[in-house]
Amino acid sequence: MRFMLFMIPNIEDKDWMPDPEAVAAMTGYNEELTKAGVLLSLDGLHPSSKGARITGGGGKVTVTDGPFTEAKEIIGGYWLIDVASKDEAIEWARRCPAIQGPASIPDYNGPVPVIEIRQVLEMSDFPEEVRRAAGRD
Amino acid sequence: MEDARGAENAVRSIEAVWRVESARVIAALGRIGGDLGAAEDLAHDALVAALEQWPTTGIPSSPFSWLVTVGRRRFIDGIRRSAVADSRQALLLRQAEVTEARTVEEFESSAMEPGDDLLRLMFACCHPVLSNEARVTLTLKLLGGLSTAQIAHATFELESTVAQRIVRAKRSLAAAEIGFELPATAELRARVDSVLGVLYLIFNEGYVATSGSAWTEPTLCREALRLGRVLAELLTDIEEVHGLVALMELQSSRLRARIDPSGDAVLLADQDRSHWDRLLIRRGLAALERASSVGRGLGPYGLQAAIAACHATALSVEATDWVRVAALYDALGEVAPSPVVELNRAVAVSMAYGPEAGLAVLDAVAGHPALSNYYLALSVRGDLLERLGRFADAEIEFRNAAEMTKNEREQLLLRRRANGAAKRLPRERS
Repeated sequence: MRFMLFMIPNIEDKDWMPDPEAVAAMTGYNEELTKAGVLLSLDGLHPSSKGARITGGGGKVTVTDGPFTEAKEIIGGYWLIDVASKDEAIEWARRCPAIQGPASIPDYNGPVPVIEIRQVLEMSDFPEEVRRAAGRD
Repeated sequence: MEDARGAENAVRSIEAVWRVESARVIAALGRIGGDLGAAEDLAHDALVAALEQWPTTGIPSSPFSWLVTVGRRRFIDGIRRSAVADSRQALLLRQAEVTEARTVEEFESSAMEPGDDLLRLMFACCHPVLSNEARVTLTLKLLGGLSTAQIAHATFELESTVAQRIVRAKRSLAAAEIGFELPATAELRARVDSVLGVLYLIFNEGYVATSGSAWTEPTLCREALRLGRVLAELLTDIEEVHGLVALMELQSSRLRARIDPSGDAVLLADQDRSHWDRLLIRRGLAALERASSVGRGLGPYGLQAAIAACHATALSVEATDWVRVAALYDALGEVAPSPVVELNRAVAVSMAYGPEAGLAVLDAVAGHPALSNYYLALSVRGDLLERLGRFADAEIEFRNAAEMTKNEREQLLLRRRANGAAKRLPRERS
């Protein structure tokens, strides 16, 4: 089963770009996922200042440019992994070095990133009528 | 790890750690355990210790080092308990202590690099002294980290059958004194081929098994593909490793399109290509690129992957580069000649150069015993004859083909095609 691991960095846009030390740690982690044969794809995202939100309603569409201020909700990147269980996906998320905050600061007590894991819906997870609507039955 | 979800989850978390780490732990313990059975026993002792301790202490920051350390201590304790006066045992103990000192250092300096150990374990599980079934089972158990029950479920076997096979396989390896060595250079390619063969067997078993039920989770396919990816990171300069990974990625991309709702297989030509998995196709093409970039040309797996890639990148049957597919089958027939390859080549040649050219390829191998009773060979011949306007001959081929298959759906399809050919006969002959 596939899981999306969303990285929520929990930082302001201005601090968005990670330092070399953090990048090295994450590269090691990505390699670990690759060597275990579970990583399907990954990407990092630009800060919300380069993004926009598009809202509908009342027949109108509203576009709001970033940045967005709720740091706890802003996704910084994702990994897509293929594993045998939700517990295995949790285990991989647990190993992500970034969730402990910056390693260079001893006893760091500030905001730390959050990883949210979500299972990818497969066609087989849908009831029959949905599959039929999708042209799969 | 503090798990806010309670004790039951703690056990599940430990099982997940085990799934991630078990192969590497067994492989690392193989350095001191000597043979595969002993290494697995030590690893199992370490797992039992983890299940006892981790629910209260939490999962250690490096579960791998923890498990290996515990396993190694069990080994040393075991020798100490036995008669140390025995000089052979004493020697073993000294070796183990030396190895421990060295390995602790190595693990701590490069805790994430036990790649060679993993390779040794792969070679041992796929050793030529074992039967194919034994290789498959050991690979799923020791490299895949699947339990005996999970293997039995995935291979539609009895759990006791699987368990017995594992015991016998470990005994065979011990009897043949097969430890955890990397093969000599001269032997390496043959041993790698054995590992690749086992992975592809596992993959195909999963590929076939999925036809039983339309929405079965293809555990075996996923596990074979995952182990292939692991191997591709360990043996980067062997083209066939990447070739097999490419082939499995590309075939997996079609998994969800190849079964219809009633569980029957859908032929490539009839599959809805919008249901193919673009991500896996992209990964397959990248693996194929890695195979080519090794610079030794493509082997049988690579060529099959290249053929699969032609289909994966074509928008429709008609838009497929059949000239290239035919040329690739040509090359495949050179390196891995088989009547089934010729049958496929005949189809590709007919698509590229017309039915007459295809028929010539097919007729050249028609007498082969592997094909003369193979309904698909007759069905292909019927198709080529029909396209040539030889409807009476086509009808006979389709009817004979229908007689040969036990699959009722195939029979129905072939009879329909026979009737279709018959209808196109000139009136005076019908």
